[in-house]
Amino acid sequence: MTRAALSALLSHWRRHPGQLATLLLGIALATALFSAVQAINGEARASYAKAEARLSPDTPRRLDSPAGRVPPETFLALRRAGWLVSPVYEARLSRGGALVEGYDFLTLPPGALPGLGPTLATTDPASLIAQTPAWAAPETIAANPSLALTPAPGLPPGRIVTSIERARALAPDGGFTHLRLAPESALPMGRPPLVSIAPTLTISAPEGGAEVARLTRSFHLNLTAFGALSFAVGLFISYGAIGLAFEQRRSMLRTLRALGVPLPRLMTLMMAELALLALIAGALGLVAGHLIAAALLPDVSVSLAGLYGARVPGELAFRPGWAAAGLGIALAGALGAGAASFARLARLPLLSGPRPRAWARASAQALRFQALGGGALIALGLFAPVLLPGLVGGFALLGGLLIGAALLLPALLALAIAAAQRAAKSPLAEWFWADARQQIPGLRLALMALLLALATNIGVGTMVSSFRLTFTGWLDQRLASELYVTARSEGEGTRLRAFLATRPEVLATLPIWHVELPFPGGLSGEVYGIADDITYRDNWPLIASGPAPWDAVATGGAALINEQFARRQGLSPGDTLTLEDWSLPIAAVYSDYGNPNPQAIVAIDALTARFPDLPRLRHGLRIAPGDVAPLSQALIEEFGLPPSALVPNGEIKAYSLNIFERTFAVTAALNALTLGVAAMAILTAMLTLSTQRLPQLAPVWAAGVTRARLARLEALRTLALAAFTAAFALPLGLALAWALLSVVNVAAFGWKLPMHLFPGQWALLLATALLTALLAAAWPVAQLRRTAPSRFLQIFASER
Amino acid sequence: MSQPLPPSHLAATLVALLLALAPLSTTAQGFAGLGTTAEGFAQPTPGTPLTFPADHAAHPAYRIEWWYLTATLTAADGTPLGAQWTLFRSASAPNEGTNTGWSSPQVWMGHAAVTTPSAHYATERLARGGTGQAGVTAAPFSAFIDDWQMTSTAPAPADPLSALRLTASAPQFTYDLALTASAPLTLHGDAGYSVKSAAGQASYYYSQPFYNVTGTLTLPSGPVEVTGEAWLDREWSSQPLADNQDGWDWVSLSFTSGARLMGFRLRQTDGTAFTSATWITPDGRATAYPDGALTLTPLAESPTSGATVPTTWRVTLPARGVDTTLTALNPNAWMDVSFPYWEGPVTITGSHEGRGYLEMTGYD
Repeated sequence: MTRAALSALLSHWRRHPGQLATLLLGIALATALFSAVQAINGEARASYAKAEARLSPDTPRRLDSPAGRVPPETFLALRRAGWLVSPVYEARLSRGGALVEGYDFLTLPPGALPGLGPTLATTDPASLIAQTPAWAAPETIAANPSLALTPAPGLPPGRIVTSIERARALAPDGGFTHLRLAPESALPMGRPPLVSIAPTLTISAPEGGAEVARLTRSFHLNLTAFGALSFAVGLFISYGAIGLAFEQRRSMLRTLRALGVPLPRLMTLMMAELALLALIAGALGLVAGHLIAAALLPDVSVSLAGLYGARVPGELAFRPGWAAAGLGIALAGALGAGAASFARLARLPLLSGPRPRAWARASAQALRFQALGGGALIALGLFAPVLLPGLVGGFALLGGLLIGAALLLPALLALAIAAAQRAAKSPLAEWFWADARQQIPGLRLALMALLLALATNIGVGTMVSSFRLTFTGWLDQRLASELYVTARSEGEGTRLRAFLATRPEVLATLPIWHVELPFPGGLSGEVYGIADDITYRDNWPLIASGPAPWDAVATGGAALINEQFARRQGLSPGDTLTLEDWSLPIAAVYSDYGNPNPQAIVAIDALTARFPDLPRLRHGLRIAPGDVAPLSQALIEEFGLPPSALVPNGEIKAYSLNIFERTFAVTAALNALTLGVAAMAILTAMLTLSTQRLPQLAPVWAAGVTRARLARLEALRTLALAAFTAAFALPLGLALAWALLSVVNVAAFGWKLPMHLFPGQWALLLATALLTALLAAAWPVAQLRRTAPSRFLQIFASER
Repeated sequence: MSQPLPPSHLAATLVALLLALAPLSTTAQGFAGLGTTAEGFAQPTPGTPLTFPADHAAHPAYRIEWWYLTATLTAADGTPLGAQWTLFRSASAPNEGTNTGWSSPQVWMGHAAVTTPSAHYATERLARGGTGQAGVTAAPFSAFIDDWQMTSTAPAPADPLSALRLTASAPQFTYDLALTASAPLTLHGDAGYSVKSAAGQASYYYSQPFYNVTGTLTLPSGPVEVTGEAWLDREWSSQPLADNQDGWDWVSLSFTSGARLMGFRLRQTDGTAFTSATWITPDGRATAYPDGALTLTPLAESPTSGATVPTTWRVTLPARGVDTTLTALNPNAWMDVSFPYWEGPVTITGSHEGRGYLEMTGYD
């Protein structure tokens, strides 16, 4: 009996291979995207753990003195007592300037400088003994043009890391600021207690490591959110397929029940059937997920290494736990998607007939409930950042917005179509809208999936583009020249400029000269002089500006000020900047990330006229990238300049941009995949509906509308629904971007990014959405076009 | 079982570079770069008399130098044990010149180890010269790094090395040993000028092979009272290995007869070896033997926590009727430090009986 029942159940899939494919595809896609993200996260976590285990069995602690400084005698006394401490020297370059940190790399406990790890791995260790480099983030290098600094992108801005000796030379300021202590497992046995050697020192847990952990966690949280979203979209597909299969098999179930198969056994069989299908699809999804993860991991690895200094190997290892989790989620997802069907089966009256059409429609009341639920979720999401701390609140906001909006979508679509229907003039147009409206319930899951995919695309795309635009703008602004040359003396500087003037490949020699002045508000800041050059006009993003700001500056009669100073002093273009006895109207305000100090820009001639003695050593050269190497060589030969006096910033810039491109590539790939899943959802929904739509279409056909016209209208209807959905996705996506930039970013990184809008991107995405919908609809529409007239006639002959 | 500290990868690379000052691409540069060039550093010359106690102290004009002590010990219950205490000096530039304090070109590296029949514990310390964290003073004699020290306890007119206190500590052990010499110092080679290759590479090399030891060794299981013998090697040079030498096998053997034998074999890249030996009578008279007089032949290899190395050896010196077999007390005496090597106590059987120490480098 069981066997017969099972064979009867399975025969359904034989007769509906398309439906089987849809179901498998839905679960497989959901599992693939979810498990791809999990694989990436798992790999990253495993490699952090491995790195931590290798580099620092436990994190090095620090010893601080309440006096603020640790005398060298205390360091020696502790070492002589077996306490493995390493001295650290810290001092500011100037008031408010970068923090210079000096370390003894021979005694420094492993893992004490997590941000420098990637840089150290590629540094020639010989240089650490004789001539330790002074490492800094590119921002810090740009902010300290007169220092010979070595880029270390893993370091946070505002820090310079080097040897004790060099740190003291850069910023002379007394003794050691604290000691780092080797982990407990490395300390020798039998040493005297700390208090007997250095009674005033206190041991504390270190800072730093937690920061990297927080940043990488936010990255992984982002990825996980993506994965969960894709999973949900994939499940929409499965839900549709399972529900339809159930409805179509109602007559078969009725027969089986009538033949004496007990309900519990029938339920068990169907659950086993679904579980089997879920496992098969889940396994397929795992393979696909592994492939996706393997393709994305090198980019993720570079992103993490570049952004946070965390090392992740670019190769993917197979982890059994990950596979088990993937299959588990496939199983749980499939059973979850089928829950509603099983609930109906449990209550199935013995003699009820199949009602696939009715199943596909939801009552107006259900839609209202759904809309109310959506509204409530959005409201909850909006309150989440207030109620929940940090990232959790940010993600609750995102979740509330997304799911709420998705639930709200059918009601909104119904409203939009109702409005269109009211505007319709011809009977056919009216029918077109009325039919569209009554299709919403059947298509609602697919459209919700499309909405989520589009909104995520817009939101994440806007975030990443804003991030990139801000960063590249800032980078261009700070590192606009292809080569920076620093002369060692004023005489050499003069000869250098004369030499450069004779070189045809040098397009412009831009002086980078500045003076330090007290600014209003009590902070000292820098005043830079600039030549009137296209470099600045092209590259410096101005936040607020009066008329023709660059012309005003070029005449020497106006100044530009940085955002920080403008905000602090409440200044805007048109106001007056007063530096000691020098007053200039403010022509514009520019953004200046990472600089806590006030800054102003004036014309170089005005600056040198007022400060004739200012150092004139540093220059930025605009040359073709191909000329950087030969010109550097010529300068070294002509002037005997040390390599550190020549900094080709193309490399730094290219490296930094590469990191963002990689991040962008990962995001774009996930975006495209999500959109692909949404397209699949539309296709399967349309296919499902197409078999049931003939009763609606047959009367229209009978009224004289040709099949070709019907097919065109059908395609148009899908386009209209997709367009409406895209129209709703736009504000949702922007809200999402806002939440990412202003809530999640603040929680994860501690700063807010300006949001830039990219209408070109939206247009492209809208076109993609419409194309996606059209492609998804193409097959069902083509089928409709090919439907034999006899089948339309049959509708009237054999109403089910 | 070896349980070294997890060495800091960075510090290890630093030391590697310090010891191997030549470009990394140089082939056959010898163990720890000891076969590399020595520009600007002083070179050992034959006929230079060693003077004591001055030569017990550091020679910063030379590139590398060590104070190397190995002790074969016995616990009260008869268990054989071994202890090692080494201070290396390595310079990236001769002397200190104007570079003092935290920019000193001198780097100090300490190794301490304890070997039991079932365990081997090794640990490492690093320090920059000129900071006071490590160094060697002549009078009173003291070689130290952190809390480890080798300090003279000899009364005034006696040679400072004739009596020493030796301490070291690690996460798994500490020791505090008292050493008294029963015979004078031994000068190797030509009055302390020890040739290391046919091409003429050489070092200054002298020893004190006649220490009697008493003291306490503290292991994870608790303190152990020990007695035994110890051997101190002093050596400095700027380029002790030739370009074609990639490691050495070195033994210090104390026979029950009271005689001592120092021997080493420098392995050459063509498969041949350069050997050297010093026979020391119980009253301290030394006879140096040139290349070829001593043979060191591996008999059996053991896997260790590092490389697979020979841990049973045949050692012969036909001129003295020596034909012995050395067996490692603990085959896994692998020193997992910046420059991994094997160093541990051995038991001597054959024509002569006794105990000694074996060191093997360049196998990793």
